[in-house]
Formats: sequence, structure tokens, C-alpha cells
Amino acid sequence: MADATAQAGRPVPEGVLARLLRRKLALFGFAVILLVVGGAVLAPWIAPYAPDEQLFEGLTIEGAPMAPGGQFLMGTDLLGRDLFSRILYGARTSLIIGVVANGVALVIGTLVGVTAGFVRGWTGAVLMRFTDLMMAFPALLLAICLAAIFQPSLWIVAMVIALVNWVQTARVIYTETTSLAEREFIAAERTLGAGPVRILFRHILPHLVPTLIVWGTLGISVTVLLEATLSYLGVGVQPPTPSWGNIIFENQTYFQAAPWLVFIPGAAILMLALAFNLVGDALRDVLDPTQRGQG
Amino acid sequence: MAAYLFRRLVQSALILLGVSFITFVLLYVLPADPVRQIAGRSATQQTVENIRHQLGLDQPMLVQYARYLSGLVQGDMGRSYLQKTEVASLIAARLPASLLLMAGGIACELVIGLSLGVIAALWRGRALDQGLMVTSFVAVSAPQFVVGLLLLYVFAVQLGWFPIGGYGTFAHLVLPSIALGIMGSGWYSRMMRSAMVEVLRQDYIRTARAKGLTRARVILRHALPNAILPIIAMIGIDIGIFMGGMVVVESVFGWPGIGQLAWQAIQRVDIPIIMGVTLVSATAIVLGNLLADIVTPFIDPRIKLR
Repeated sequence: MADATAQAGRPVPEGVLARLLRRKLALFGFAVILLVVGGAVLAPWIAPYAPDEQLFEGLTIEGAPMAPGGQFLMGTDLLGRDLFSRILYGARTSLIIGVVANGVALVIGTLVGVTAGFVRGWTGAVLMRFTDLMMAFPALLLAICLAAIFQPSLWIVAMVIALVNWVQTARVIYTETTSLAEREFIAAERTLGAGPVRILFRHILPHLVPTLIVWGTLGISVTVLLEATLSYLGVGVQPPTPSWGNIIFENQTYFQAAPWLVFIPGAAILMLALAFNLVGDALRDVLDPTQRGQG
Repeated sequence: MAAYLFRRLVQSALILLGVSFITFVLLYVLPADPVRQIAGRSATQQTVENIRHQLGLDQPMLVQYARYLSGLVQGDMGRSYLQKTEVASLIAARLPASLLLMAGGIACELVIGLSLGVIAALWRGRALDQGLMVTSFVAVSAPQFVVGLLLLYVFAVQLGWFPIGGYGTFAHLVLPSIALGIMGSGWYSRMMRSAMVEVLRQDYIRTARAKGLTRARVILRHALPNAILPIIAMIGIDIGIFMGGMVVVESVFGWPGIGQLAWQAIQRVDIPIIMGVTLVSATAIVLGNLLADIVTPFIDPRIKLR
């Protein structure tokens, strides 16, 4: 496969990683992502308490949650559970949904976009009209509806997000595929007798890889935000499974007295989304020479 | 132009028809039974069947859809299952609040986004520019409900400058508008910056400077209008994002708009209301896109209608 990519004109330029690591913001993004992934993977070993254990000493005598500091690094929630442990396990939810939902959306979007752009004819027309139709849907409303209809679980939420989010990818990939299909080297291949399958796999798809990497990275940020929003509204990942969004959902009635229960998970969501945005943006600059100088 | 407009209007109508059908099918196949919700837990099987028959829910799906559509073209969006009121009048009562919030959000997005974008372009490559661009990334990465709660905590709870949620006066509007507009302001500042940088590179700007005009005059009279208009035309495309954000922001601030109406309806499986709000939102999105496409060629004659 690596060989095939190389023959197809090396769509992914060399030294991408090196150039990426020279950018401070991308480096910061990488660091945050590593930190969150590390926290999620190592949660059972790092977390001081079980995420859904209601600790006796986790509430004050009046039954109020404990502020951050002292025994509990980030304080405790309304039920006396350790917030730091919940944040660590919540990172798993965000990452799983971010990667799975975005991966599925990327696959659907690529299939639709490439098919519409490469096959054209009425198949292409039908697919693109359907994409237009999906664009007219109020996305969040649709997601809330779907999530509320199918009693949400982690995987259902991921699928709902994928069903809502593939549209943008499809449009971008469609545009790119049509412009690639009209390029001279594709016409040359065709004259040399290459079949459509060969052209598709050897020439079109490899050239889409940079776009997919960029959109895949930026898309995780969108997905993380959407999951948090759904969970905040109570139609996302359901308690007791911790998610950064549903931690805020569970505790927001008390947020004036215990603001850390809203702002620590809130900051976590923001940092993760920001990290993927920064890395995605840097990737776009590095991978796509036409965009350079504009950022 | 007339032919183009006609074709686009037909296209838009078809898209809305598609949206209504898909929403209808989704709501029809949903496992939660609205009749059970209406009848209550203690209702007998007979009562449940009676209600189902009354509402026409025992008919085949396509018949129900046809009936819904024929009502819709006469301006009848059906009745709420639980509130026994016309959906159209429920939406009409809530729409002004939502439009007000949307106007506030757009104003906020444009004022913050465009001014920061211009400043960044004029200080291109310096620390200020880099700082602003990092800020814009933070803005697009911030979940609206967290921004909303943060604004409430700082400016309403701690400082007491604004009311804690609710609706009525200008003071009520400020925080929700910022919460709704901040994410878009991040995108707009980035777009504005690159548009401005691009315009400042053009020959006519150099000519204007060479004529001896001051830098301020060149920027305000020549560069700014050319850079800003194509970006303002993009607001139409943003309507969809606003429609989603509204559900969240209205819920955080207790703002009595259609977002809250939809949210409550979803929780109670009040299908006619969900249908109604989805269609109203979709119409707004389609019209917004149409408007953006129509306006753009007037602003930038290089772009032609197709």
C-alpha cells in the first residue's frame, strides 16, 4: 500500500510530522490530546476512587459537595463522587465517541462523496440532492430527536452523531473528487487503458488522503462538542456512565454554589475540542499547499 | 435572473418536502408511543384505541403523511397532542423571542468577529495577530452551554450586572446573545482576517495609497467595504447553526423561544410540535441559503448565478 501511494505521486508530502512539530500551537494540541488519551487509558490506575462510588467523606455534614483541593483534587459532585475520577473516566466517553462517531461519519461521507463525484450520472445526482436535503435539516434538533427516540447509549449516541455529521465531509470529498477526475493525469491513465477501479484506488483515493486527514482531525472536535451538548441536554450518554457533558447536566442546578462541577468538565471539553482544532488547522497548512499563506 | 430564482424556489420547495417526509417517517417509526403519553398510565386499552383513532394514528403512514401535507399547504400544522392548541399559534407565539435572540446572536457574532478580524489583518504577523487567532480558536472550540453558564456565573451571579435568565428587557438579551454568537465570531474573525489580507494585497489599494490618501482612509473607504460584504453575505448559511445553538442557549437561559418549545415537545413525544419546529427551522435554513446565493453576485460581480 505504501508502495502504491508512492507511485501515485506521493500525495502526502514528506516530513509532515517534522513540519507539524515545529508549530507551537500544533505541539500544544498534541500535548493536550496525549494527556487526555493517557488519562483515559490509565484511568483505572490513576483515578483515586471508582468513578461511581458515592463516598461518605465526599459530602460535607450539610450534604453539600466538597470544593477542589485537599483530599479531592477537583472536589466532589452532588452525590459525593470524586470529580477527578469521573473526569478521567469521562475522557474515555469523549474519545470513544469522538473517534468512532467521526470515523463512521468520515466513511459515510467519503463513500457518498466519492461515488457521487466519480460515478456521476443519476446516481451522483441523487446522492448530492440527498446531501442538500440533509444540509437543510437543523442538525442539532435532528440529533436530539434521534437520541431521544432511541433510548441513548454510548454507541447509539455515536451513531446519531455520525448520521448528522457525514454531510460536510461528503460535500468536500465530492468537490475534490470531481476536480481530480477532470485532471490530465487521470485522462492520461484512461487512454493508457486503466479501468475505473484502478483509477479510483490507485489515483483518486490516495489523493483524497490529505483532505481526509484534515477533516478527520477537525471533525473530532465537532463530534466532541456535539456529544457534550447532547449529554448536557440529557439525551446523550446516560448517567451513571460519566461523560463531561452529563457531569454538567447532573450538577447544573447547583452550579451557583459549586461552580467547579460545571467549569472543570467545561474546561475539559473546551481543551479537547481546541486541541483537535489546532492540530487539524496545522495539518491543513502542512498538507495542503494551496491554503498556505492564508492562515 | 427570474428563471434562476424560479428554479431555486422550486428546488427549495422540494428540499422542504423531503425534510418533512424524512421527519415524518422518523417520528412515525419511533418506539415511544404518543398515545400512551396522552392517555396516561391508568387508561384502558379501549381508551387508548379511541384516542389513537381520534388522532388518526391508526391509519397507514402514507395516508397520515398525505393528510398532514394537505393541512400544511393550507397553513394548518395540526394540533399539539398534549396542549390541545394549534401548533401554528404555539410557534407564532414563541417565534418573536427566538428571532430576537437570533438577531442578538448575529449582531454579536458580526461585531466581535469582524472587528477582531480587521485588527488581526492590520497587525498581520505580529503578536497581536497571533493572539487574536488563538482566541478565535478558543471561541470555536467552546461549547455554547459552557459559555452560557460561565457568563451567567460571572456577570449575573457574581457581579449582578444582568438578570439570571428570563426574558423581557434588553438586559435579558445581552448574555444569551453573546453565548449564541461567540462561536460564530471565531469563524468570522478568521474569514475576515484572510479577506482583509487578500484585499490589502490588491493593486487598487496600492494605487489609492500612491495617490496620497492616508492609510486610515484607504482602509476605511477602499479595503473594508470590499472585504466585508462577501463575508456578511455568508450569514444566510449560518442560520442552520443558529437554529441548533438556539435549543441550547434557550435552555441555559430559560428563554421562551421555539428551541425550548421543541425541546419540551421532544421530551413529551408531542409529534406535531416537533414536526412544526423542524419544518420552520428547515425553511429558515433553506431561505437563508437562497438569500446568500442571491445576494453574493450583487456584492461581488465576479461571481455569476448558475
